[in-house]
Amino acid sequence: MSKRSENMMIDAGMRNDLGHPLDYRELNRRIREVIASGEDRLVLMNVMGQRYIASATSNPRMRIEIHGTPGNDLGAFLNGGVIEVFGNAQDVTANTMNDGRIIVHGNSGDITGLAARGGTLLVKGNSGYRVGIHIKEFEGKGPNLVIGGYVNDYLGEYMAGGTILVLGLEVEGSPVGLHVGAGMHGGRIYVRGGLEKHQLGPAACLADMDEKDEKVVSNLIDQYEQAFNIKVDRSVPVSKVMPLDSRPFRGHYDSTTI
Amino acid sequence: MEHDYYRSAALSLPEAPRVFAEQSYVVDIPDQHKPRMGSCGIAGCINIDGSLISGAKIEKMITTMSERENGLGSGFVAYGLFPDFAEEYCMQFLFESEEAQELTEEVLGNWVYMIKDEKVPTYPQRSMNPPFPLVWRYFVRPKKGTEAYIRTGLSEEDYMVRLVMSINDAVPGSHCVSSGKDMAVFKGSGYAREIAKFYDIQRYKGSMWLSHSRFPTNSPGWWAGSHPISILDWSVCHNGEITSYGVNRKLVEMAGYKCTLLTDSEVVTYLWDLMVRRHRLPVTAAAFAMAPWYYRDIERLPDEERRLANQLRITYKEAFLNGPFSILVGRSEPAVTMIALADRKKLRPLVMGVSDDGNSVYAASEECAIKSVQGDASIWATRAGNPAIVKVGEGIVRRGTEAPFLGAIG
Repeated sequence: MSKRSENMMIDAGMRNDLGHPLDYRELNRRIREVIASGEDRLVLMNVMGQRYIASATSNPRMRIEIHGTPGNDLGAFLNGGVIEVFGNAQDVTANTMNDGRIIVHGNSGDITGLAARGGTLLVKGNSGYRVGIHIKEFEGKGPNLVIGGYVNDYLGEYMAGGTILVLGLEVEGSPVGLHVGAGMHGGRIYVRGGLEKHQLGPAACLADMDEKDEKVVSNLIDQYEQAFNIKVDRSVPVSKVMPLDSRPFRGHYDSTTI
Repeated sequence: MEHDYYRSAALSLPEAPRVFAEQSYVVDIPDQHKPRMGSCGIAGCINIDGSLISGAKIEKMITTMSERENGLGSGFVAYGLFPDFAEEYCMQFLFESEEAQELTEEVLGNWVYMIKDEKVPTYPQRSMNPPFPLVWRYFVRPKKGTEAYIRTGLSEEDYMVRLVMSINDAVPGSHCVSSGKDMAVFKGSGYAREIAKFYDIQRYKGSMWLSHSRFPTNSPGWWAGSHPISILDWSVCHNGEITSYGVNRKLVEMAGYKCTLLTDSEVVTYLWDLMVRRHRLPVTAAAFAMAPWYYRDIERLPDEERRLANQLRITYKEAFLNGPFSILVGRSEPAVTMIALADRKKLRPLVMGVSDDGNSVYAASEECAIKSVQGDASIWATRAGNPAIVKVGEGIVRRGTEAPFLGAIG
């Protein structure tokens, strides 16, 4: 029993013999140890920029709570379980996430959700550039990224599948930047509060919301409301961004067809 | 001439990195030589009321991001360092030998009055690769009024630039790493924690600090080529690659600057000096010239802004820095100022933070660098190609999220 409670918390701000904060390799080694021991709840305190936290975690019952500022590549290759951050996340959060759930009670940095292929990412606040770049889906399995505030340019760049929802809470005007969906050829981006045509990147277009879209958005808003205990006004119209074509650059570089 | 630096025994690049790059598949590489994922790290802090910040703070900021660097260069710059010699230019040198110092002092004697000179205390670390340079600083005043000075026909600042360029170009083994008033650069080849100890950074106090930890990509890691790269009161810490280096170099060389540091980043320093000091562009305009909008986006600007944007793109097309970058720029004239700028596509990280009381402002590659020294800081990110400007005495002039040219027109 004593070992169990001791394992449930790791102080990432703890100094080593040289007076440096816990190295990311050491921190991740300890996290993996806890996971391997069969624990399914872990609290990390005083996290200060350590990278790759909880990467490739697979236990679907695992729940990791992070206090502080986790470093880049938080939850990379995540394959199951829940990571909840009480603070901001840095760049490349949910890198190539495959399954599971990451909840950020703050903002996240650039390239959030890079190449994700499954799972759910909920960011309470804003996010940076290239959110959801090259996310993809296969046979119904795809990632869901929900950003509560605004995102900057290149949202859903080269997107091949999956779903992005930007809520634009407390944002005046459009909550997305320029080049939205640049080069996308699959998936869908929903923007609550809308966007102008000039904000679209090449290969993306605006489309009408149908019943199925309304259902998807409503479901994601439910999840957001539940995660952050916030009520989202559902009367604000939502715009949908779609790829023009499944192969938008067909013939641009090579005339031979595959 | 340039290749002499490569051959120079004293400050050459250690051989190890090239070896382990080829052997990266080997399992038992010594830990310190393990190939690491990385990128440059930048960090800066400034107190708006001008109160002094200990070097310990910036050391903590930059070493918090030690995952980024690979030990091939780091540096610090402090402003507000020499209140007793605020009117003199402080020329800080790395000498590879005593002969280099003698020769340099001979040149200095012809160009400037020496007010004071002193050895900069250094503490070589066991973990660093010797040999170590001799670090010396001179407080000088240009020999104005002499026939030689008048014959150059240069302003005082340009005279100093020419002096620095002449020494760096022509005196073997002598590298002037900073030449501004009330500031100095402390840099070298090593990890940030090593360079901080080498110069005992904690002994200094300044109203603004910038720092850099290096992960060289396309240029050698060596003492003088580390960042910050400085001329007069300008200093630049750069994370990224300047792919347009050839074009930019042509522009600054035509304006009299000499590129001697074997790194793309030095053109950025000279471009700031050229555009803002010599051509008197507002900082926002110079930033736009370096990281301009696409033409199709310029079309959507209001009339006056659109005209200015187009003029800048055309007039300063050779100042356009193509490629990914985020830079921290420092200057002390007229007031100590920090400028933080990311490229127009935001391909490198940059976040800003301000303390709860609003007095301390930070910029860094990663949020953890700011949070490690200011737990209550509120964090924001600048927009691509949009400079954040913070001035001692004035505060946050721009957050880097405003419309372009705000404050520069009208």
